[in-house]
Amino acid sequence: MIEKPQQNELAIDCFLLAGRIMMESGAETYRVEDTMLRMARSQNMNDAQSYVTPTGIIFSLGKTQPTRISAISTRVTDLHRIVLVNNVSRKLTSHIITLEEAYDELNKIQKTNYFLPVLLQVLAASFASISFLILFGGIWGDMPAAFIAGGAGQYVVTVMQRLTRVKFFSEFVATLAIGIIASLALYFGYGAQIDKIIIGSVMPLVPGLLITNAVRDLMAGHFTAGMAKGAEAFLTAFAIGAGIALVMAW
Amino acid sequence: MDYVIQIIFSFIATACFGVIFNAPVKAIPYCGVVGSIGWLIYYEFGMHGVDEVKASFAGAFVVAILAQALARKFRMPMIIYSVSGIIPLVPGGVAYNTMRNIVELDYALGMQNGMRVFMISGAIAMGIVFAEVIMQILFSMLRKGKTSIQSFVKVKR
Repeated sequence: MIEKPQQNELAIDCFLLAGRIMMESGAETYRVEDTMLRMARSQNMNDAQSYVTPTGIIFSLGKTQPTRISAISTRVTDLHRIVLVNNVSRKLTSHIITLEEAYDELNKIQKTNYFLPVLLQVLAASFASISFLILFGGIWGDMPAAFIAGGAGQYVVTVMQRLTRVKFFSEFVATLAIGIIASLALYFGYGAQIDKIIIGSVMPLVPGLLITNAVRDLMAGHFTAGMAKGAEAFLTAFAIGAGIALVMAW
Repeated sequence: MDYVIQIIFSFIATACFGVIFNAPVKAIPYCGVVGSIGWLIYYEFGMHGVDEVKASFAGAFVVAILAQALARKFRMPMIIYSVSGIIPLVPGGVAYNTMRNIVELDYALGMQNGMRVFMISGAIAMGIVFAEVIMQILFSMLRKGKTSIQSFVKVKR
């Protein structure tokens, strides 16, 4: 049996890691706080408090231990990880696994890359683009252009994100690529409505989800998280608009 | 015929977003179904002359109810199903037009489109929150279990 303070230290590490993985994968703010508190309560730590923002987590067990923080620098949408952390938290709260096992599992989750192959994501973006082209009232003849432009946008954003780690810049370059491909398609006669092609192709990049999540966080009373996500959404939207503007200016 | 096309393409679009958001492979077809139903409701309302804000609210409401039901059935967080489900409703096209208007220095039209984006995304968020609250009340009446938001609020007090 480990001594009490050490046990507490491990518990805080474990809860912070769980919260951090969830927040980095794009979980809702209230769900992260809720998961951390549930895990804490299952270990008989009833005084636990957690304060979660999109850029950092503050967690305290009450009087016994120093309060700890964990900074969050990257945020992507990775639903698979959220499910895995959720499962660990479920197992811990129903006492199927111990704290040590949970910590090991969380460490494993953090180290593994669960993303599907890039090619598959690019294909998905391509098919999503042509679907949106049709849903938004485009014509069938524009489908090849949207297919290529949407896939190219997703590929560029993935590559640039890996190279530069600046989200704003990679989205800007990706939209630029989409705009250039759409203009070329129009120039060579493979596309008719440039607006519809571009809207369909930028849909995988548009921060619609961020905007909706931001409003939702604001409604749930998480004003810090809501404003931060809103700012991120605005920056992304601005990057996309700037990329399109550059193409349109020609 | 038109409905068949709408159903197929909204299914493809939502399922593809499931792939991009890296949803668990087993959940991806369900994401597609949820998104397809949500879009169909939005589309049907739109065809009958209901404005886009109310249609988005209705679509998001249904998406969130379906997502809740699936989340309970498969014991996964609700966000897995709702995130891709609301994607067809999200005002991407209007957001694009807003930014285009603004960078082309047409501020008046840009503000107009910007307000549309704000209202539509607000309606989607409201639809989700309403559905969540209603489902929670329903489930807590059905059986005496704590739901996530309720237990969270109780701890905070």
